[in-house]
Amino acid sequence: METANGIEVEGLVREFKKGPRAVDGIDLRVGEGEIYGFLGPNGAGKSTTVHMLTTLLPPTAGTARVAGHDIVREGPAVRDAIGVALQEAALDQYLTAREHMRLQAGMHGIPKGEALRRGDELIDRVGLADAADRKVGGYSGGMRRRLDLALALVHGPRILFLDEPTTGLDVQSRTSLWDEVARLANDEGVTVFLTTQYLEEADSLADRVGIIDVGRIVAEGTPDALKAEIGRPTVEAAPLEREDIERMGAVLRRFGSPQRAERNHLAVRLDEGSAELADVVRALDAEQIPVRELEIHAPTLDDVFLAKTGRRLEGAAKEGEESAAESTGELEAVPA
Amino acid sequence: MNPFTTRFGRAARAIAWRQLHVMVTKPTLILPSVIFPLFFFAAFAGGLSAVSAAPSFDYPSYTTFQYVFVLMQSAIFGGVFTGFAIAADFEFGFARRMLLATHNRSALIGGYAIAALVRALLVWVVVTVVALATGAEVAGSVGDLLGILAIAVMLNFAATLFASGVAMRFRTLQAAPLIQLPAFLIIMTAPVYVPRDLIEGWVATVADFNPMTATLEAGRALIIGAPAETLLALGVAGGLIAVMINWARTGLRRAEAAG
Amino acid sequence: MNATATALRGVGLGGVSAGTLTQVGYLARRSITRTVRQPILIIPSLVFPLFLLAVNSSGLDAATLLPGFPTNSYLTFALGLTFMQGALFATMGAGQSIAGDIQHGFFNRLQLTPLRGPALIGGQLAGVTLQGLIQGVAYLIIALAFGAHLEAGIAGVPVLFALSALVGVAFGSLGLAIGLRTGNGEAVQGVFPLMFVLLFLSSGALPRHLIEADWFQTVATINPVSYLIEGFRSLFVSGWDGEALGLAFGVALAVLAFGMWAATTALRGRMERT
Repeated sequence: METANGIEVEGLVREFKKGPRAVDGIDLRVGEGEIYGFLGPNGAGKSTTVHMLTTLLPPTAGTARVAGHDIVREGPAVRDAIGVALQEAALDQYLTAREHMRLQAGMHGIPKGEALRRGDELIDRVGLADAADRKVGGYSGGMRRRLDLALALVHGPRILFLDEPTTGLDVQSRTSLWDEVARLANDEGVTVFLTTQYLEEADSLADRVGIIDVGRIVAEGTPDALKAEIGRPTVEAAPLEREDIERMGAVLRRFGSPQRAERNHLAVRLDEGSAELADVVRALDAEQIPVRELEIHAPTLDDVFLAKTGRRLEGAAKEGEESAAESTGELEAVPA
Repeated sequence: MNPFTTRFGRAARAIAWRQLHVMVTKPTLILPSVIFPLFFFAAFAGGLSAVSAAPSFDYPSYTTFQYVFVLMQSAIFGGVFTGFAIAADFEFGFARRMLLATHNRSALIGGYAIAALVRALLVWVVVTVVALATGAEVAGSVGDLLGILAIAVMLNFAATLFASGVAMRFRTLQAAPLIQLPAFLIIMTAPVYVPRDLIEGWVATVADFNPMTATLEAGRALIIGAPAETLLALGVAGGLIAVMINWARTGLRRAEAAG
Repeated sequence: MNATATALRGVGLGGVSAGTLTQVGYLARRSITRTVRQPILIIPSLVFPLFLLAVNSSGLDAATLLPGFPTNSYLTFALGLTFMQGALFATMGAGQSIAGDIQHGFFNRLQLTPLRGPALIGGQLAGVTLQGLIQGVAYLIIALAFGAHLEAGIAGVPVLFALSALVGVAFGSLGLAIGLRTGNGEAVQGVFPLMFVLLFLSSGALPRHLIEADWFQTVATINPVSYLIEGFRSLFVSGWDGEALGLAFGVALAVLAFGMWAATTALRGRMERT
């Protein structure tokens, strides 16, 4: 695989003094011009990985090469090649967008004339031209993220790291940021390493997705390949009367293997695919089990996550601010 | 090669520019570093001038005596306040931006040091104007005065290095007392109120070993045009810088290791 | 936070029938417990004044040679400033503790109890009083050990502590008022420089008649802190000086009255706001 403008990671580990391994031996490769989506719930180790790959945090073990440079031994070279927008878009509220550009360019050692030109161009590109001379203190969350992205691009990086770039943003700001990221990768060949806790983001933006949970990569591949791996659709049902749950389980198990489901729900992955749905309905009817809810769903990345970790990511994505850890609390596996 | 157009120079300048720019747009932030020395000057030069009437106090002017003290004190406190700014940048995440953007991260310290010096120069101008207006006497030659400036600049640099070393180790504003207290201790155990031979008790012993003593005494000698032990003071200040460069550099390492 | 929980339960159980005094008791216990359990917070107010005392008594000892200086020990002379400085630290302590309560939401919980305003103020000040006493004892013992002299003798000790506690409570109530008004620990911290100004632009370092600069002498004469310092100092330097003590107690009571008024007003404002 091409690594000059890519990322190669082998056995990367980060331990913190108190607590478990935040990153517990991950391997991954990202090719030039690829958008790699790093998907996982809060606390999975996404940000820690980004901090190591961007030379902010030294790894406890393992190696990684970013743009062909070792992240430990060649930190300055790595930093020259990458642009980074971290989760907390750290901006100085007393500075304007243009002043941030000037500062960022200066820190990268870009001469003043070029810095001004590039800065204006980037500010324009992220749609902040009208606000360029206003202090950042008055910016909305979306404006801050866009400025942060523009700042990350000031030195023309070949690899871009975006740590949860859209967390906390409204739908509109989110899609406009996606468009910009896609444009960077497709038109300019920038490699993008993006972490997210949103399934939709990974699904629609990433060429390939790595799913991380408790510091380990549990699945990796293109979104389509991952979903295909899960393959068949799942039917999820709930009986009208709670006491029917055992009987309903017996019926459903004839059609496929049991899956984890929400409380008081049952789920099976259909052995023969969606064509079987009609048979499922007939069988329940024959057994005279009144049904409260019956749904069939095509596999999503959430199913992939569920299949690999036994937990859902969905809650976190739906609730937005709520952490995945909290929302999984309300899910419960039904004994099958 | 012009050091300011190297990558290191550009990065340091950009970081210094931000500090100073914020200072200009938000002048209240610099107020403490101006008022603090002025207040000490007023309280000491104004309130304690009777002390110079004590027998064996042989310095010609108490106001001049205290002016030099306040000059050196503000050199140190310029570094202390810069330390607060560094701690805040780490606490609120801005430092990450700087760590990511700079090729050579020592430019961070360089940038802060430039900002600290400019800030100190500003304070010195204000203090000097006030001191001259209230009766401080300058008898030294231009060379003597440049000597005082050199000592003060070196002291300022050493203090900035010290403060950045602490700030980068703790990376929170809560560490402010850990920056302030040692600075305060070193300032107050020097011959603040009276020449060293008039100090009584254990502080006299401490003052003998306090590096601040040499810089104060040399400064007070230079300003009346009777240089004494100037080289000692420059040497002491240089030694402090050498020690503190290491302290700041290891502090930067610690900050890097913590991410 | 066991004591806190107990205190709250106590207030709750007592219901409306619990008298203001009982409430003061509970809050006082919490305030004192907090003081005792966070000894680290006392250390600055203990060490800082002692450090300044040490530095000043060495550095300014030459001042005792000035004609008209009331004693030949600068250490003895400087103790007035030390006691005053300790009391000013109490201001910060009280203000920051109540501001912290407001910031962390504990104050809201207090408001849900049948708590009355005076109980809150009185209770909060209990910890300050205790802190003032601990400091006073420490200053006195250390100073005497290093050769300071208490001219008023053993009978002066209770008077010294009484004045110390009164000044502590008086400035503590000022801090409380600032804390209640701003509800912000940093804002309280911002008052710190003002404390310095009051302390240094006073007769703390030299007797007023020996201050040469006219403007300084005027400021020191207007500054009420001068009279408090002179009250403390009189016990050490001149024994029983009715005028100095009367002025000191009078000024302290006036500050207390003002502080209580300001704190009560600020409290009322906060209760209405929330």
